[in-house]
Amino acid sequence: MASAFYTINTIQPGHRTANKTFNNPNSPFLGSSRKLRLVPFSNTIQSAASVRRQSTIVAVSSSDVVKKKKTNSSFSHSDLLITREEGLELFEDMVLGRGFEDMCAQMYYRGKMFGFVHLYNGQEAVSTGFIKLLTKEDSVVSTYRDHVHALSKGVPARQVMSELFGKTTGCCRGQGGSMHMFSKEFNVLGGFAFIGEGIPVATGAAFTSKYRREVLKEADSDHVTLAFFGDGTCNNGQFFECLNMAALWKLPIVFVVENNLWAIGMSHLRATSDPEIWKKGPAFGMPGVHVDGMDVLKVREVAKEAIGRARRGEGPTLIECETYRFRGHSLADPDELRDPVEKSHYATRDPITALKKYMFEHNLAKEDEFKAIEKKIEEMMEDAVEFADASPLPPRPQLLENVFADPKGFGIGPDGRYRCEDPKFTQGTAHV
Amino acid sequence: MAVVFQAIGAATALSSANVFDSKRIQFSYGRSLSERKASICAVRSDGMLYSGSSPRGRKPEPLISNAVATKAEGSTASAASKPGHELLLYEALREGLEEEMARDPTVCVIGEDVGHYGGSYKVTRGLAEKYGDLRVLDTPIAENSFTGMAIGAAMTGLRPIVEGMNMGFLLLAFNQISNNCGMLHYTSGGQFTIPVVIRGPGGVGRQLGAEHSQRLESYFQSIPGIQLVACSTPYNAKGLMKAAIRSENPVILFEHVLLYNLKERIPDEEYVLNLEEAEMVRPGEHVTILTYSRMRYHVMQATKMLVNKGYDPEVIDIRSLKPFDLYTIGNSVKKTHRVLIVEECMRTGGIGASLTAAINENFHDYLDAPIVCLSSQDVPTPYAGTLEEWTVVQPPQIVTAVEQLCQLQ
Repeated sequence: MASAFYTINTIQPGHRTANKTFNNPNSPFLGSSRKLRLVPFSNTIQSAASVRRQSTIVAVSSSDVVKKKKTNSSFSHSDLLITREEGLELFEDMVLGRGFEDMCAQMYYRGKMFGFVHLYNGQEAVSTGFIKLLTKEDSVVSTYRDHVHALSKGVPARQVMSELFGKTTGCCRGQGGSMHMFSKEFNVLGGFAFIGEGIPVATGAAFTSKYRREVLKEADSDHVTLAFFGDGTCNNGQFFECLNMAALWKLPIVFVVENNLWAIGMSHLRATSDPEIWKKGPAFGMPGVHVDGMDVLKVREVAKEAIGRARRGEGPTLIECETYRFRGHSLADPDELRDPVEKSHYATRDPITALKKYMFEHNLAKEDEFKAIEKKIEEMMEDAVEFADASPLPPRPQLLENVFADPKGFGIGPDGRYRCEDPKFTQGTAHV
Repeated sequence: MAVVFQAIGAATALSSANVFDSKRIQFSYGRSLSERKASICAVRSDGMLYSGSSPRGRKPEPLISNAVATKAEGSTASAASKPGHELLLYEALREGLEEEMARDPTVCVIGEDVGHYGGSYKVTRGLAEKYGDLRVLDTPIAENSFTGMAIGAAMTGLRPIVEGMNMGFLLLAFNQISNNCGMLHYTSGGQFTIPVVIRGPGGVGRQLGAEHSQRLESYFQSIPGIQLVACSTPYNAKGLMKAAIRSENPVILFEHVLLYNLKERIPDEEYVLNLEEAEMVRPGEHVTILTYSRMRYHVMQATKMLVNKGYDPEVIDIRSLKPFDLYTIGNSVKKTHRVLIVEECMRTGGIGASLTAAINENFHDYLDAPIVCLSSQDVPTPYAGTLEEWTVVQPPQIVTAVEQLCQLQ
């Protein structure tokens, strides 16, 4: 079962020799287009997931990016990484993510939503590649760039859009906002504004899964938790503390690093002593995997392995997905620091285009099917915006409603009654 | 009927060096003074509590200056008719914890050295053997992360109790406590509850140094969405522990390093106290003294002196630091018209400051004099014994304050 990971760039705990393809410790691992270098393919590595970044200005055709598993040129179905249905599902999910984020940008500039809004354009392969393999009971923990994680997990676009508009029909009743997407039904555990804050929460959810199995003796409890976070977070203490605890107790969690090379304006290379994040996994006793995060099929392969590992109780995995965000850090970010050459390079590696091309080449679907899906998503977006627009704003009594799960926590008032029993308290007319 | 405290200074750094031993008579058995024996538990340098060869009739150690006398009364709310059983405060906490763990399998303990070591103050001793290593989880030294882990576990269905080895260590967990513990129920629109209990010893001990002598009640009190309670006797320790575990809200339970060896007789039958209520320690007429945790004992010692001088103070242990029980406090203010707050928190922004504001806002018309608040000095707790003594409020100061208050008309 470890074989799939072996062919990808990993260092298993105990194995000290690194893969041949990156044997130059002096040159930086990744980064802006100025620093990209040409890496020849080693003949021993044939797997689809072993592609490294190519040199600067050459546009990498997306068909090179996904290699077939066998070397023969005839495409039989057993060679394919996905079935037709799976492919269309992945395509639809990525188009949903992209369409939603584009609609968010529009709505923001029209003054329908405010504050900090962080868009996921360009990174859809990571969310789709991982989350579409989960069941409803598995949990997802994300950061402030969480709209698409919530959508991939199943939260209806209407609810997410309402939440962004601050309406009471939002998934968090309008109380969370862009950076705090929660869904109990679909087990989305947030949405956290401070980076690194969600990783312990994800570790806790994985702990519950193990606790249920071993202490409460619920034999079918094999829920997996995915923790998504970025490259900047990988320098934060909570990241390392949780890698330690998860590996120590073999928790069913997968740590997914969405390395888009930039933490607002801080390049990953300027912030990190050893930029190869996947190497930090084996230091804590778990496999560290590196994968091309612009390619949904490769991400999916790696994800299958890691989620399977976690489900079987073999412990956590650290997966670094090299990806890129097409927009700025947030809608308020002018995005001046990133090299336009780098941006255009990645624009050619758009994951949606790549998947479409793969499916064309393997005759999995036709153009009109894709068009139908795109139209469906467009209509869904229009519907979501209409729904959000028409939804009511939260009324005054909602202000104090969810502060405490047990509202007795507001205490006993001077008249001897609990404050929460006083209707004027929630109406806002009583003295708090 | 007075009870005598024996205080012993010990040299250990880790454990609560000083030990108080109290026996409070709660039930009307007519036990005379001569029947009562002083039981002393000494803490040795290995940090282990031992009772010596015979639990009773041990030679008493010499009394030191801040021995405290409490007035015994039957004021504890649910005085049972059965004899009950005697135990120390940390045992009472453990009893409460154990009862809740037996009752609900999702209750678990997470903290440093809670499992095999039994807890740095032995509150969880024996639980890991009984319930296993996963239910009484020994964590690595990563407060922020394991508190966050407890919060994640609470969101997904467990009821964890996080033990801070010393409450001061929870400063490292402040990110998780403030951002996630208090907030997630709200920001998720009520979808997730966080029924977590965060507990641990705090307060000024016996020369433990500045960082181990912190009073963090005030740091946490502004966080929306959490409740703060402070226990002070074995009876309320067990009751509050059980109530905190059963509560759906996140609760921070403050214990005090010097109170772990208080002995009291508590009822055999199960009882759960109310998290939001204050405790009437001694009814009176002249002045309301509001206090909590260790200062309760300084207040009771001062009360003995005041009673001898002819004053009749009403002493209330507020127990619930957030929210305040304005009903009990209010009724008292309406009766006595004078308020003295005695706390161990710092002067600036402490619990006393909030309480002063709350009383002024709600009961201003009933006050005959400005509220007096005696708090610790705004200094990092010094190591030297004399300096440490002056950091904290001492009984003579309380006596003086009451005298001054009662003279104002």
